[in-house]
Amino acid sequence: MRKIAKEKLGALLAAVGRDKPLYIPALDASGQARFTRWHEGLEMARALNTVRSAKDFFFPQTENLVDFKVKGKQIEIIDPRSEQEDFVLFGVRACDARSFEILDKVFLADPVDTYYQSRREHGTVVTLACTQPEETCFCSAFGIDAAAPEGDAQVWMDEEYLYLSARTQKGDKFLESVRALAEDGGEDAVQRQQEETRRVMAKTPLAGLNLEGFDGEHLNPLFDSEKWAELSQACLGCGTCTFVCPTCQCYDIRDFDTGDGVRRFRCWDSCMYSDFTKMAHGNPRLTQVERFRQRFMHKLVYFPANNDGQYGCVGCGRCLSKCPISMNIVKVAKELSKEVR
Amino acid sequence: MQEVMLEKAKELLQSGAVDRVLGWKAGEFAYDITPCVFASAQELEAGFVYNDFCGNNLSKYLIKESRKGGKVLAFLKPCDTYSFNQLIKEHRIVRENVLVVGVPCQGMTDGETLKAKGVKGILGIKTEGEDFVINTLYGDRTMAKKDALPERCLSCKSKKHVVYDELLGQEGDKLDSGRFDLVNKLEAMDPEERFAFWRGELSRCIRCNACRNVCPACSCEKCVFDNDASGVAQKAAADSFEENMFHIIRAFHVAGRCTDCGECSRVCPQNIPLHLLNRKFIKDINTLYGDYQAGEDTVSRAPLTNFTEGDAEPSIVTKGGKKA
Amino acid sequence: MTQETLIPKLGVVTDIRIDTPDIKTFRVVGLDGKKVFDHMPGQCAMLSIPGVGEAMFSITSSPTNTEYMEFSIKKCGCLTDWLHQMDVGQQITIRGPYGKHFPVEEEFRGKDLLFVAGGVGLAPVRSVINYVRAKRENYGRIMIVYGSRSKEDLLDYDEILSEWMKDEGVEVYLTIDRPQDDWDGHVGFVPNYVKELAPAKDYTVILCGPPIMIKFTLQGLKELGFAETQVYTTMELRMKCGVGKCGRCNIGNKYVCKDGPVFRFDELSQLPSEY
Repeated sequence: MRKIAKEKLGALLAAVGRDKPLYIPALDASGQARFTRWHEGLEMARALNTVRSAKDFFFPQTENLVDFKVKGKQIEIIDPRSEQEDFVLFGVRACDARSFEILDKVFLADPVDTYYQSRREHGTVVTLACTQPEETCFCSAFGIDAAAPEGDAQVWMDEEYLYLSARTQKGDKFLESVRALAEDGGEDAVQRQQEETRRVMAKTPLAGLNLEGFDGEHLNPLFDSEKWAELSQACLGCGTCTFVCPTCQCYDIRDFDTGDGVRRFRCWDSCMYSDFTKMAHGNPRLTQVERFRQRFMHKLVYFPANNDGQYGCVGCGRCLSKCPISMNIVKVAKELSKEVR
Repeated sequence: MQEVMLEKAKELLQSGAVDRVLGWKAGEFAYDITPCVFASAQELEAGFVYNDFCGNNLSKYLIKESRKGGKVLAFLKPCDTYSFNQLIKEHRIVRENVLVVGVPCQGMTDGETLKAKGVKGILGIKTEGEDFVINTLYGDRTMAKKDALPERCLSCKSKKHVVYDELLGQEGDKLDSGRFDLVNKLEAMDPEERFAFWRGELSRCIRCNACRNVCPACSCEKCVFDNDASGVAQKAAADSFEENMFHIIRAFHVAGRCTDCGECSRVCPQNIPLHLLNRKFIKDINTLYGDYQAGEDTVSRAPLTNFTEGDAEPSIVTKGGKKA
Repeated sequence: MTQETLIPKLGVVTDIRIDTPDIKTFRVVGLDGKKVFDHMPGQCAMLSIPGVGEAMFSITSSPTNTEYMEFSIKKCGCLTDWLHQMDVGQQITIRGPYGKHFPVEEEFRGKDLLFVAGGVGLAPVRSVINYVRAKRENYGRIMIVYGSRSKEDLLDYDEILSEWMKDEGVEVYLTIDRPQDDWDGHVGFVPNYVKELAPAKDYTVILCGPPIMIKFTLQGLKELGFAETQVYTTMELRMKCGVGKCGRCNIGNKYVCKDGPVFRFDELSQLPSEY
């Protein structure tokens, strides 16, 4: 383990950000933290989590898939991608770090999504351990340790030092790039911080969220539950929960007429939207009840049924804070657990 | 007040005067309250709540609820009654199926607003006089209620209900709380500065549609932005001006119908002060056509859907971008 | 090299056949004049006209046709409207093949096969029929029950008359919903016709058509003693990616594009009825 005096944080960021894009959480005009491209003088936010998740860097809200030139009956297909450059994400929390594992299971499964893959290969994820969890945090329900985040390299920060440790080759490279600033040591301080964080985490109100029974075995009883109508009653059908979610990965593919060609792009989509499954001849999910059910069944039942029990949620709590009507996965899980236990 | 409302609701349900009750339901924490339709005294006992966190405007839900048959009791805050009236005016709510019970409101806050003030790890919130005593994972904290209010409540236009069948508690007054102060500030900017301000704010938009879906004035059966054939239903920014256009078009569409309830800004996950766009329109309408408050009544003609020979004829073409 | 799944290939439409008043069959080859890719019966492809849309269609020609692919497409939306008004020589984009195919080699070999189709539901089934006709020696008896609204709405009518009906050991039963002057065949709905014909219950069944026809046919087959494990169908839901990632074509935890579109009814009845 290496440590760097906290007053050298600026120097650390500069050492990394000088030769490649570096993104750190920084406050925006409205006072919320978001990953922002580092530049000299940009201060790192101390907020627990960013308002948008870190998935944006691997699965951006919109991206160009392919361009077409159309001339009469002729079509020309153009791959619009330029070479992906290396970049570093600094300050990713444990929940978001785990979300990449979930996204990988979708995008890196055969056939591989090369757009996502190339960003994953070129991105270095440096995580930051949490010290002050919020009441909306429930990453522990998914076996995530907020005090020991995953990622290529891990960082713990206290009032005096940053403590760094590499977990992968990319992490080694990251540590190497800040070698001049670092000295050895810090194991004891990190251990003390971890113990304290785990102590607080255990006291958070949602720490004991029990997901027993949410699995493929109970797919039909959960799907058929009468509770969905009541739970979805006030749902506005907006996409807030899906768009702030670090694991939501559904997308739409659309064409945009650029004037001298057609740009086919993909963009985040939401199962909460009424047109998500709409076809020319009908829609299997006609009301918000079915759309709402799909989102939670996907995260709590379908995804684990297809992925060895891993849930499609990391307990980051963003949907808890952001849902306009305060309906969320925790309330759904608690209410539906009565159906399977 | 919660107890009084609960008794009233149970009484009206029991007497058969109403079949359902539209109100607010308690959540996991002190602040995460969900709009809810209660069908029995039992359901009400289990979850009905009315406190300083019931910010959701319930009027829009009545579009659906009032068409379901039977009668629904709706608890409406002063600000919700303006939306209710406006929806009556637009023939969206079936009036005879709703029993409106007006309830007082001292301003509503929410978890996000508290957190923006630096409160972390909220475990419980108690009210002591004019203060919140907030129990957190990191110790207790006291905050004056008035310091915990969002902008929309600090600049509240009225504590007076514009419609009700019954009223609980003390009726309030219309207020002059300087709700155009921020608009004045925007108007005082030079055009480049103002353009940069809105471009900056709107650049954060993620097109989640929360503002549109919560808006009582956005009650179209099918929104133009959901219509594939419209050419603007792109879901995402196909170019960098797309989000700006979405909000500008929406602001134009609700102009003269927006009651200034501020729900758009409350629900925006990106903290974009969307209600200021609408307030600018309200202020302009007041200036050009005389004071008008959407939702104040159900019969008057709105300035933008009415024509008189004395009408001002402003042109965005000649005045746009230039200081008046 | 990793195969790009979202970047399509180019195809050109070399023939357009008017099948019914609202169905046309399009013949597609690559720009080099060869088939764009190989497929198995029941698999699908994403066809698109840039700027108009992209959608999933089942490949209606048989893999045994080594020269071109065919798609029978009903006019019912934005993209299909466009396809119906285009001319031969139009280039289109194509990607695929997608999905699980009918188990023509794995399960169907040596079995008696009963095909039941309604309306445009014959399109995906035609690929299987022509595949087993081409490899006739590998399969047992073949019985085909096909119905549509009217004689004009019968898909592939010429091919049925000139080829299928002339094949040895292939029984073809056609029906239309309502009587009409130039029709002396059977009149009535497909589910009832199947019950009247009362096929022996050792057939393996390939069933495709509108939901209501599927529902009643399946019910009738069960009454005749058929088990769900004998009956296969193919599904259709809104799709964008075709590879199980865009998240919209699921029925329960199965994606129609990847785990389907071909399902056996015992698999389907395990899943929530959200389709």
